Formats: sequence, structure tokens, C-alpha cells
Amino acid sequence: MRNDPMVTMKVARAVQENPSVKTLYFDYGLGAKPGQFVMLWLPGMGERPMSISYCTRERFGVSVADVGGFSSAVMKVKEGDAVGFRGPFGTSFKLGKEKAIALVSGGCGCAPLAFLADEALAKGKKAFYLQGARNKGLLFFTERMKKAGAEVLVSTDDGSAGKKGFVTELLREVLQKNKVDKICTCGPEIMMKKVVDISDEFKLPCGISMERYMKCGIGICGQCCVDPLGIRMCTEGPVIKKETAKKIVEFGKYRRDASGRRVPI
Amino acid sequence: MLQTELAGVKLANPTILASGIMGVSGASLSLIARNGAGAVTSKSISLEPRKGHPNPVIVTYGQGMMNAVGLSNAGVKDSIPELEYAVKNAGVPVIASAVEFKAENFGPLAKEIGQANPALIELNLSCPNVGSEFGKPFSHDPAAAEWATRAAKRNTRIPVFVKLSANAPDILEVAKAVKSAGADGITAINTVGPGMQIDIFARRPILSNKCGGVSGPAIKPIAVKCIYDIYQETRLPIIGTGGVTTGTDAIEFIMAGASAVAIGTGIYYRGINIFSKVCKEIEEFMVKEGFSSVKEMRGIAHEK
Repeated sequence: MRNDPMVTMKVARAVQENPSVKTLYFDYGLGAKPGQFVMLWLPGMGERPMSISYCTRERFGVSVADVGGFSSAVMKVKEGDAVGFRGPFGTSFKLGKEKAIALVSGGCGCAPLAFLADEALAKGKKAFYLQGARNKGLLFFTERMKKAGAEVLVSTDDGSAGKKGFVTELLREVLQKNKVDKICTCGPEIMMKKVVDISDEFKLPCGISMERYMKCGIGICGQCCVDPLGIRMCTEGPVIKKETAKKIVEFGKYRRDASGRRVPI
Repeated sequence: MLQTELAGVKLANPTILASGIMGVSGASLSLIARNGAGAVTSKSISLEPRKGHPNPVIVTYGQGMMNAVGLSNAGVKDSIPELEYAVKNAGVPVIASAVEFKAENFGPLAKEIGQANPALIELNLSCPNVGSEFGKPFSHDPAAAEWATRAAKRNTRIPVFVKLSANAPDILEVAKAVKSAGADGITAINTVGPGMQIDIFARRPILSNKCGGVSGPAIKPIAVKCIYDIYQETRLPIIGTGGVTTGTDAIEFIMAGASAVAIGTGIYYRGINIFSKVCKEIEEFMVKEGFSSVKEMRGIAHEK
């Protein structure tokens, strides 16, 4: 009978990636696929879905951006603290016969894409790793990705690192100059909508990671169902094809809060 | 062959989505209908919006699960469009679950929910995670349950089912009380307990509410006994619920006296198409055993 118990263990390593992002590593063979998430539990502080940013046979990591509340509590977690997780849950980015893929992230969306880049590179694919951030101080994983062998391209809103402007402009340049077979994206929905438009222009398949308010994480509470398909972002998502995203009327427009009321994005 | 009826409402098959599961939006209710449910029940709606309890709100344990979602919902005003969407698009009867914390509030709530024209209204008098004005669920007290039922009945023409709890000192006294108040049917049972799971490494209960209602296969025998007794005592239409995972479970509930079965936790074990799977299993059994209708099987366990 299915069971997804809470696994609580000591944090093996806690890395402050930049002033507002922390990665927690656990010595545990999670067996996750890129794009999947865990429900991360800080005893007494709450539980939230978090993308897996690193995963090997014996270790995995989740990267959390400080956006207040629960995530601020994560910033205070130290090595050796007991933290729980349930999972892995949800769909993943699928890799097939592509020779080259473009990974496009904004903000903390780079977390699952870094894990995906590791897997793509291990399979001998070329990975263009495109990351957008408001400023240089908010970038992370760029060094890790360079070391892993990805082609790293960065954009910032203020020009403090990489190209000044939007990461979607970088994507267009990469696609004009290189043969790319697939795009995968994670970040603000406004950005991902633009990525979908560009993928249409270049006639490329595109995988999207779409986040919604989650409570159970296991497909029964209905909190993360999207209109009008009714599918659950914890189970039929978070990774969906662009064809599915186009049928979701709330994509880039609204989401539901803890009570289930619609709130604009 | 699988058709059944609840207080005049016709269902193409006896599987129903239980309240509290997947019922946040009109779109999710319609998705469940497309997966074979004979009717769908919304998450419990209250007059005002409720955020519910903080996460973790659900934990599994191998024989079932515990939940303390805390009756989160958008409030009746924002829930009406969702119900209307389901009534229009689901293609199966929609049951609106209603919850309040003062008995007389079930009156205005039933009236407002009625605007969306659901097929049935189900009064959730028995959520174990949230206290009523008496500090315990209405369903533990026959007089309070009767009062709440009467308040709803006076304010709507839509048939009213009342969801009861096996946690009550005497569920039959409550069943009789809501029948005398005009209930058109009974849903039994709500989650049991509550129960608790302690994480031994964190050294504390996992659920933020500390405890939660137990559901799933572990509570099934308790549900069967309650349905059997309520059928014998009241002969009201019954939606049986509590651990239904297979066609065998559903038939057991029907033979105890249920006219239909509600499935919730089973979705976790068998996916959202559990409804069509259970229907297929019921039908296979009926063919093999020579039954031609659900009605023929209903309450048959009482005859010997």
C-alpha cells in the first residue's frame, strides 16, 4: 500500500548561495528526477513544496529563496538541524534524443534546471544554461554550472552581471546562433509565457515548471488544481508541456491562495 | 445496472467524490466527474473564507492517512461561481458540502448555497479537527445536530444530507435526531479519531494541528458497522464513506445499507480514475453473482 512517510534527518550541509538563497543538503538517496519536488518540513515552522536542485545516488539538495515566512526560517537552518521531507513528488522534465537543450530560468527557478543540466550533461547533451536575475548578487549556481560543463549565459535587470535586460532576449540570441532541440523553463510565469512564445517562433518543444499553492503534495487536497483542466500541479505537474500550459487559462494570470480564492499573479 | 438514487436524485453509478478531497474548484470537480464519479461533492463551504491550518496538514502512515486541513475554503460568496461551474460542466449531480460553527448559521448558509442549485446539500456536522460553539462537533450531540439540520431545511428546498461521525457517543441517537429534523439522507462516516503521528527525530507531532482525522482502509470496518446500524434504524438513503478503495469495499457498504459510496483517500492509492475502476469491479461482481441493480443489493446483509 502506498505510503509517503515524513523522513526527518540532520542537514548534512547548509550552503548560503547568496544573501537570500540557501541550499540544504541531505545524505539520502531520494531517487528524484529533475523537476520533481519534496515537501520540506521545518518542525514547528511549517512545510512547503521545494524543487530539488541537486540529486545523486546518496545526496540531494533543495534551494530556498528568502521570500518571508517559512523561507526566512530556512535561512536560519544550520548543519546538524533536524529537517523533514516527504517525496519526491510530481512530474519531471523528460529528456530524449535531443543533442542540445536550452534551460531558461528567472530568480530561484534555476534550482530544478541546475539538476536537469547535470543530468543532460551526464547524458552527453549540450546544455545552454540561461539565468536571469534582478542583479548580480541574486545569481547562484552559475559557477556550479560552468564547472559541470554547461554554456552559462546571464542577464540582469540592472546590467551588474551579464547582459542588461531580460533572459528571454538571451534565449532568442542563443536560438538564432545555435541548433537547439528543446527548451525547459522555470521562473516567473510572465517570463515563462514569453519563453513559450519564443519556442513557438522557433518551433521547439518546451517544458514548463508551474507552481501553485500546495497543501498535501500527494494529489488529494485539490488546492493546486488549475482552471479549466482541473489537473493537480503536485501530480500532473509541476512540469507540464507547453501545449498543456496553453490550455490553462490562469497561467500567468491568477493563482489560488490558502483558502482557495483566486488572486492575481 | 449501476444506477442508484439519493432522495430523488438519480446517479449513473454509486461512486461519489467525498467532500474535502479535490473539491476546491469547479474545474477539479469536473475532472473527477470525467474520471467516472456518479456524483461529486465540493469541499466544505462556510459563510466566511477560511485559510485552514498551516502545513503540514496531511500525513500518511501505511494503513491510511491523517488530515487536519482545517476546513479551508474561499467562503460562500467566492464558492458560488465554482459550484455553478461544476453544476454546468460536471455532467453529474453536484453535492455542496456546508460547514458552520453555530447551528443557526446553517440556515443562511443553505440559503446562499441554494443559489448555485446543487443536487444535494450535505451538512458537515462532524469534522473532528475544528470545534463548534460547544467545543465539539455538532454530530456528538443529538440536540445540536437536530437544530442545525432544522435550520438548513427551513431555508432550502434542495434535499439535505447530514454527515455524521463515528466519534459520537451514540451515532444512532444523532441519526434519529436529524431524521426527525427532516434530513433527506445521511452520509456516514466522517474521519475517525482524531489520531496523531509523532516524528521521533523531530520529537514532536507532524501535523501543525498536532492531530488529524484518520481516513483510509484502517477505518472501513467502523464505517460498515455505522452504515448497517443507521440503515436498520432510519431507512434513510445513505452515502457510505470511510476507506472505500475497491469494488469489494463499495459492495460491502451497499449490502450494509448504503445507496452510494463516497471515495476520498482512495484517490491516493489508486489515482483519480479510481471511480471508473471501482464501477468496473462492482459491475463484474454483479454479473458474476446475478444482481441486476444496486437496489437489489442494498441492505441485503440485513435479511438473514
